[in-house]
Amino acid sequence: MIAVAAAGLCRRYGRRWALADVSFELPARALVMVTGRNGSGKSTLLRVLATAVRPDLGTARILGHDVRVERDIVRRKIGLLGHRTHLYEPLTALENLGVVARFLGADARRSALLGQLEEVGLADRGDDPVQTFSAGMRQRLALASVLLQRPEVVFLDEPYGHLDAAGFLLVDSLLQRFRAEGATVLMATHLMARGRKLCDLGLVLEAGRLVFAGAAAQLPEPPGVDAIGFAEGA
Amino acid sequence: MKALFVAFRKDLLLQWRGKTQAVAIFAFGAATLLLFSFAIGPDSSALRQHAAGFLWLGLLLASTLSLAESFEREMEEQALEGLLLLPACARTLYYGKAMANWAQLALLGMALVPVMIVLYDAGTLRLLSLLAVILLGTAGLSAPGTLHAAMTSQTRARQTLLPLLLFPLVVPVLLAAVKATSLVILGDPMEQFGPWITLLGAFAVVHWSLGGLLFGRVVED
Repeated sequence: MIAVAAAGLCRRYGRRWALADVSFELPARALVMVTGRNGSGKSTLLRVLATAVRPDLGTARILGHDVRVERDIVRRKIGLLGHRTHLYEPLTALENLGVVARFLGADARRSALLGQLEEVGLADRGDDPVQTFSAGMRQRLALASVLLQRPEVVFLDEPYGHLDAAGFLLVDSLLQRFRAEGATVLMATHLMARGRKLCDLGLVLEAGRLVFAGAAAQLPEPPGVDAIGFAEGA
Repeated sequence: MKALFVAFRKDLLLQWRGKTQAVAIFAFGAATLLLFSFAIGPDSSALRQHAAGFLWLGLLLASTLSLAESFEREMEEQALEGLLLLPACARTLYYGKAMANWAQLALLGMALVPVMIVLYDAGTLRLLSLLAVILLGTAGLSAPGTLHAAMTSQTRARQTLLPLLLFPLVVPVLLAAVKATSLVILGDPMEQFGPWITLLGAFAVVHWSLGGLLFGRVVED
């Protein structure tokens, strides 16, 4: 079964094409790494697939549903961790999760939400406002929010960003959990070794165009990696 | 209906967390009333004549601050986008926020009434009528204000754009609210209060209906 399909996908910001004629099909339950240089269109691709922005041309389908015309159906099936965390800064971690849980009709009791925070290592900070959190803690809380949604297709944009070594392991374990639960995951990251190790498939974007689609183990090394001695940590 | 309650509760909570801002907005409104009273001078009859107009001008100016603030929280980390992707209905999110803004503006209006009474010698015993005018007038401000605050929240010049877009649109609401408030303060020998309050109610219904219809187009890509 095809979980994510894109055909001739294009998205323009002003006069610049952030995505240009991107086409691919991804099977269900696959862990897919999306990589490429800064500004190559990774985030735009994830945001278009997650219905956060509309494509200017082309089509995309998530589990058979068109992202343009069946937005609400698609949105019930996906979870997006973006560059922005979708959190309310003045609210506490528990209140933020409570808002999401109530909109989803999920269990919004304190004990249930504390369980979600426990999973991302924030159980002891549940009553603290998000504005007092570090970037890594916000990232963890945003991950907890994605988990609450129980998505069938997950879009993770730089999920390792801002995280410490324990956070890296947390994301690794969540990827395995998503796989075990039958979800399809698209993860934008620059961490090539990690992506090759954890993912099944890889997509490489260059100036908005798809230049590689294949097995993650065969992902080409991006230019400049040797020169800077790129380290992945954890 | 449950989703509307969730949205309303969320926005009330955000307002409660920003209560220091609400105090500052009240101080701004009170300062506006004080400055306007200087323009009239010590003539108590003239002060009473102009009290209603200045109350609503003070409320309108203060409202632009609170309305803009209400979307600042949504845009900091794109929390509104997060809710739309859940998916929460855009119309529900609009009505939740507009109701919270209405509650805040109505409270602000009621808090400014004693300031008006003291500064403009504009006391009245028809407090229920005054309350009705404030409730309907602020309903007519909060609905288009919430929509336009959403429209301008992603622009750099939002503090300038919001009043530029909002003020012309709410002139009819303002006129009706000022007239109805004047009738409450100065007396209503011709029994004109009913038609003006009905007009205020009609404006509120139109603005709330249009806001709900248009909000999705404003916040969705």
